Amino acid sequence: MSILIDASSRVLVQGLTGKEATFHAQRMLEYGTRLVAGVTPGKGGQVHLGLPVFNTVEEAVRAEEPEVSIIFVPPLAGAEAIMEAAAAGIKLIVCITEGIPLLDMLRAKSWTKRYGANLIGPNTPGLISPGKSKVGIMPGHIHRPGSVGIISRSGTLTYEAVNQLTTIGLGQSTAVGIGGDPVVGLKFVELLEMFRTDEQTGAVVLIGEIGGQAEEEAADYLRASDYPKPVLAYVAGRTAPPGKRLGHAGAIIEGRQGSAGDKIDRLREAGVKIIDNPARIGLMTAEVLSAR
Amino acid sequence: MLIHEFQAKNFLQGLGWKIPAAALAQSAKEAGLLARELGCPVMLKAQVLAGGRGKAGGVLKAATPEEAERLASGLLGSRLITAQTGSQGLPVNRLLVEKAISLNKEYYCGLAVDRRNETLVAIASRQGGLNIEELSGSRPELIKKIFFNPDEGLKHFQARQLAYFLELPEKLIRDFVVRLKRLSEFFLENDLKLLEINPLAWSEDDQLLAVDARMEFDDCSLARHPELAALRDESQENELEKRARMFGLNYLKMNGGIGCLVNGAGLAMATMDIIQHFGGQPANFLDIGGGVTEEAVSQAFELLLSDSQVIAALINIFGGIVRCDLVARGVLAAASRISLNRPVVVRLEGTNVAEGRRILEESGLPFIFAADFEQAARLAVELSGQPR
Repeated sequence: MSILIDASSRVLVQGLTGKEATFHAQRMLEYGTRLVAGVTPGKGGQVHLGLPVFNTVEEAVRAEEPEVSIIFVPPLAGAEAIMEAAAAGIKLIVCITEGIPLLDMLRAKSWTKRYGANLIGPNTPGLISPGKSKVGIMPGHIHRPGSVGIISRSGTLTYEAVNQLTTIGLGQSTAVGIGGDPVVGLKFVELLEMFRTDEQTGAVVLIGEIGGQAEEEAADYLRASDYPKPVLAYVAGRTAPPGKRLGHAGAIIEGRQGSAGDKIDRLREAGVKIIDNPARIGLMTAEVLSAR
Repeated sequence: MLIHEFQAKNFLQGLGWKIPAAALAQSAKEAGLLARELGCPVMLKAQVLAGGRGKAGGVLKAATPEEAERLASGLLGSRLITAQTGSQGLPVNRLLVEKAISLNKEYYCGLAVDRRNETLVAIASRQGGLNIEELSGSRPELIKKIFFNPDEGLKHFQARQLAYFLELPEKLIRDFVVRLKRLSEFFLENDLKLLEINPLAWSEDDQLLAVDARMEFDDCSLARHPELAALRDESQENELEKRARMFGLNYLKMNGGIGCLVNGAGLAMATMDIIQHFGGQPANFLDIGGGVTEEAVSQAFELLLSDSQVIAALINIFGGIVRCDLVARGVLAAASRISLNRPVVVRLEGTNVAEGRRILEESGLPFIFAADFEQAARLAVELSGQPR
């Protein structure tokens, strides 16, 4: 088992014929992901990377029955791409695109809720169930199948964490990048709920950062839910100055809310093992697992 | 992107809001003339892109045109340091000279994106002029929030709820409702993130006046609003941060001695954190991003070293989309233009790591290679002379 995607997941690529999408679609195919089709308006009927290209998601769904879509389109087209996928019945939408306007995302998010679709991202590296399927842009080779679930708001910091785990001999069940924007789809709480019942997952590592309330919501959920698996967390941005955005649009301390210190306190109070040194994510996870 | 008070007020006026009589001055003499024209007393308001101007001495009252000229000459050309600007402050290039008004009461009115509820919110407070965040903590009963979604927009009845909550005089209710409704439409059409009228005033002559205003637009949407993008005032940006933006880099100046060059915002934050964990202080946040070119890396490295506070540099790359060899070439290109007179610790991992390391080693330059993240941080802290 794993969560959200496995070896049988049929995946559509929106924006397939673009340069970035082409590059990453090749990497996904090499990894073994079951890509089944692409969508680029105006290029329907073509074959790209051996995949049939359609003009609309609706046509692609009718012909190839993908359950998952990964989106590589320009920022101003991002929200529409999400809506199109949801309207066509795609149940898991992974939006890699960075820089989608905030109001567009408010509209897209409520749209996915209306259609009952799960959204990952935007501004995410995607997700991977090692050895089964990679729906994202992360380097596949650093991952190993195993028992650690990862939920992260970051990209390269997730690679760092995965690399530490793999190096120390711990594989991953599923690693999910939830995205660095102020409004994203699934967050810590929904994904913790999925990992809760996943047999392959023995522990969950959360990688949070300043801004927003997702970590606080995770703490409230964990405190109330009698979570059956150990949870560890690293929260980036202890050194961040208030009012300044640190790269990610969502990484900003607004007023008194969203500081790393607050998030860490709340998570610790909820029984989460806090990782202070980001170079010891692997080591501390190994310690927690061996102590059980 | 923030815009100036006078720019925000121009928009408000276009939407039917009343504002106090005012004009811009770029010289002390102009300020004196305007004070005479408008009639004293006047307020002199420094046009800088930061809050906290009042407390920092950036808003002054002048009783006579002569006083206005004298106060203006002190403000213009100075740098205003407020609680939000950092120690360098921001340059005061323009003053808004505004007729001082007599008020019955001050309120707050704002529109914002509510991240938690993932919707929009209209906020009204019976007390104005203060920081709304502080007020919502200490006196929540003075504040009312109405949520609305971007597809349906704010309704008249919702604006009316806020108007009556504010206990505005009956004859101003309609003005408030109509104007707030228009404001909410403007907010949606122009991709704002935040819009505040603070204070919103009920003047002695029974007018509803926007005395100060703040508008922040969504940087991600500026590509579809070129007319808004043109309002950016580059004089209000830190030189280094401005240079970084030109090359698509995310740079933020901090006050420590270790310059950082990292790919990815999360890893860049973690790099700053681990430096502090081992007793050092970061000189900056610098995320070179995912789609970076060799030229941008080279600019990033040069930019980092142009900060004279930097005692040692730390390059921390986890190659994914970004290739280590590209970063190495960019760093070398910068090193050929400037002298490497400070120690540089390098930690490379991921895509094309061997090639990246080879390029740096063969350069003959004294890079210090670290085996992993922790060692890199320890070395940089040690070399910066700030060990624990």
